[in-house]
Amino acid sequence: MTDTLTPGIATGRLSEERVAANFADLHRPLDLHEAAVAADRCYFCHDAPCIAACPTEIDIPLFIRQIATGQPEAAAETILAQNIFGGMCARVCPTEDLCEGACVREAAEGKPVEIGRLQRHATDALMARQGHPFTRAPATGKRVAVVGAGPAGLACAHRLATKGHEVVVYDAKDKPGGLNEFGIAAYKSTDDFAAREVEWLLEIGGITLERGRSLGHGLSLDALRQKFDAVFLGLGLGGVNALSADGAGKDGVMDAVGFIAALRQADDLTALPVGRNVVVIGGGMTAIDVAVQSKLLGAENVTIAYRRDRDRMGASKYEQDLAASKGVRIVCNAMPVAIHGNGAAAEIELEYTADNGTGLTGTGERMRLPADQVFRAIGQTLTLEAGLHLERGKIVVEKAGRTSMDGVWAGGDCTNRGDDLTVTAVAQGRDAAEDIHAALSRSDA
Amino acid sequence: MADLRSDFVGIKSPNPFWLASAPPTDKEYNVRRAFQAGWGGVVWKTLGAEGPPIVNVNGPRYGVVHGADRRVLGLNNIELITDRPLEVNLREMKAVKRDWPDRALVASIMVPCEEEAWRAILPKVEETGADGIELNFGCPHGMSERGMGSAVGQVPEYIEMVARWCKQYTRMPVIVKLTPNITDIRKPAEAARRGGADAVSLINTINSITSVDLDAMCPEPTIDGKGSHGGYCGPAVKPIALSMVSEIARAEATRGMPISGIGGITTWRDAAEFMALGCGNVQVCTAAMTYGFKIVAEMTAGLSHWMDEKGYAQTSDFVGRAVPNVTDWQYLNLNYVTKARIDQDACIKCGRCYAACEDTSHQAIAMSPERVFTVKDEECVACNLCIDVCPVEDCITMVEMRPGETDPRTGKVVEEEYANWTTHPNNPGAVAAE
Repeated sequence: MTDTLTPGIATGRLSEERVAANFADLHRPLDLHEAAVAADRCYFCHDAPCIAACPTEIDIPLFIRQIATGQPEAAAETILAQNIFGGMCARVCPTEDLCEGACVREAAEGKPVEIGRLQRHATDALMARQGHPFTRAPATGKRVAVVGAGPAGLACAHRLATKGHEVVVYDAKDKPGGLNEFGIAAYKSTDDFAAREVEWLLEIGGITLERGRSLGHGLSLDALRQKFDAVFLGLGLGGVNALSADGAGKDGVMDAVGFIAALRQADDLTALPVGRNVVVIGGGMTAIDVAVQSKLLGAENVTIAYRRDRDRMGASKYEQDLAASKGVRIVCNAMPVAIHGNGAAAEIELEYTADNGTGLTGTGERMRLPADQVFRAIGQTLTLEAGLHLERGKIVVEKAGRTSMDGVWAGGDCTNRGDDLTVTAVAQGRDAAEDIHAALSRSDA
Repeated sequence: MADLRSDFVGIKSPNPFWLASAPPTDKEYNVRRAFQAGWGGVVWKTLGAEGPPIVNVNGPRYGVVHGADRRVLGLNNIELITDRPLEVNLREMKAVKRDWPDRALVASIMVPCEEEAWRAILPKVEETGADGIELNFGCPHGMSERGMGSAVGQVPEYIEMVARWCKQYTRMPVIVKLTPNITDIRKPAEAARRGGADAVSLINTINSITSVDLDAMCPEPTIDGKGSHGGYCGPAVKPIALSMVSEIARAEATRGMPISGIGGITTWRDAAEFMALGCGNVQVCTAAMTYGFKIVAEMTAGLSHWMDEKGYAQTSDFVGRAVPNVTDWQYLNLNYVTKARIDQDACIKCGRCYAACEDTSHQAIAMSPERVFTVKDEECVACNLCIDVCPVEDCITMVEMRPGETDPRTGKVVEEEYANWTTHPNNPGAVAAE
């Protein structure tokens, strides 16, 4: 019988019931009355700051007013017309940095209108009761290839489909959804929401999904350009940055991204092995997600080691607090120098850092932490060789997602305008679709 | 410690808060609970003539208008007068009065407009030891269809006639309860005074349909697919009641007539406002129906606290104090000029003042790209709408311009002297200033 104290990496540290409770909805849905009370707090601001703070520019005061007047489905249409992934964004957006951070009631009372939960209330209502709310324009005869079935690609595909274009979506995985399906923390997308949302999205029609197909593996950009009237790339970042520390190849050192993907796809979370002493290297959302979920699986000690100051962490303040509330320790200004152990990781050696103005240097002071599982959460890279203009490893795009190559658009994390947010990817996919549609309409004239 | 004791047309009570004649005062059980909770008096639920009791509907009696978080802003009801036998009510009244001699117990009465009917019931009421009677000329629903309630209250001659009968056949003080469902509230009050009534009480409920069920296409409350207008009450009607009270308080023909104020009183402040406009005491119903009898504890404590703060020893020290300041529009000072001022530190940048002013008023608020909102004095007419819609208290205020300053909107120098419409050059009927 294993438990949290079992040494090494082990399955079944917590009971099934405990794990189920740990991975339940992070934010319980609002019931009707709670939604009415929450909606009533919205001031219906003029030229509302929350709209400006939303990358998809959802008319937030309008949809909240629609909830207040008893029409959550109508509210959902307001949301989804701007952001077809409104359901997922309601769950995963760092609202404290976006709409809710801009809410005037945040400034006034430190208690913003609960925009995220209200958005979920509306989109849940629509998805539960109504089916797909959009219809396609008459067929245009134009065909567009979308590479990547993540938020950017599917947002693009959906918008193109509504315009009457035929869309083929290629994805390397056997399941669509991208990071919605494989990346975000499980307690933010409960009850298989990511998969259900994609299924619901595809109800628009006109979108064909080709699974297990990726660029470089039986698919070339040149061929797509010849075969289709336009191409959109929403590849995400497939590669994971390597850890430069002695012993980085030892057993137990693994990618956070791969672990989270396995966790999201696991039928039985108690069968997923996790360390007793887990150390996460990194400071972004992925670091938080893997740390918290390790803790929720039953790891005894989970530590995030981040090489810079806390205020430089990519993870939002809210996410940092969430991790702390789950018992995750965050160590800042510390970088990994070595992983010790006989074949498998047993300890990690960290060195404290200082910023001397030109970069980080080690101070010479070191510490060792027990570590039988070490997660790399130090960023991902684009894996693409296709002749596109890149900058710092990302596809360079103009506004509306145009790349250096004629007829090729791109959006989401694989571009230099991506920012690791679902909502940004959705906005870029949508805007590229509008631009593609405009270009295809011009070419007709 | 302020003295809250009240003497209203000779009826004494330990405080000026009475429960109005309504469902909360229909039974001995409720009234005893009310007195235990601290109410100064009750007006017993309206008694009808002897005979088969009144029948009520057996479906919903109340409709509601909710504010945020289901706060009750207004109720309407289609309940009729007491549906219990007269002798039961009289017996209970007597028992309660015997046990609570220091509290006011007033009988509300509604019988047909026939002298015999009133002559028959008054001695029976008097026999209970009740302190006074209130003539229900107000109920707008049900009983009015039978020629009673507001059907009487809308005909001043009937009011005068019945009031006179009552004064003739009983020694008890007579209060006439007025319906607001009338064009000029002063007329029934004048009639009551002519008939010799000791006081008026107002307002009774207002004709209303609170909502329409859009599935059933039927007004609420719905009785088997049909609805009927009911009487509206609660916080929503307070402004209407205050205005009607003030009309009676300042009219030549009714000035000085005791008034018992009714209409949406929920807090000590509401009560103080009614009393400032001339009410000797107040009557409450909806607040008790919403929160229970305990609400009186806040009312008595609050009024006492406020009176201490202001140095009022007894309620008569401030009753009617605001009446001289109720005037006609034509006498308002047109040389009083104010401008809105926005406190930038308090502003939370919601922009509601801007939307309201830009879309629906005088385009007198400027909005910068950084969402800084400022008043354009050259456009501001001081309408107050920005203050009314601002979610932050005291963020926007009205600042009075001093005499000698130039109003940038009109280009005129603010004058020190009071001047109103009656002497304004634009008024064709203006009388030349002496």
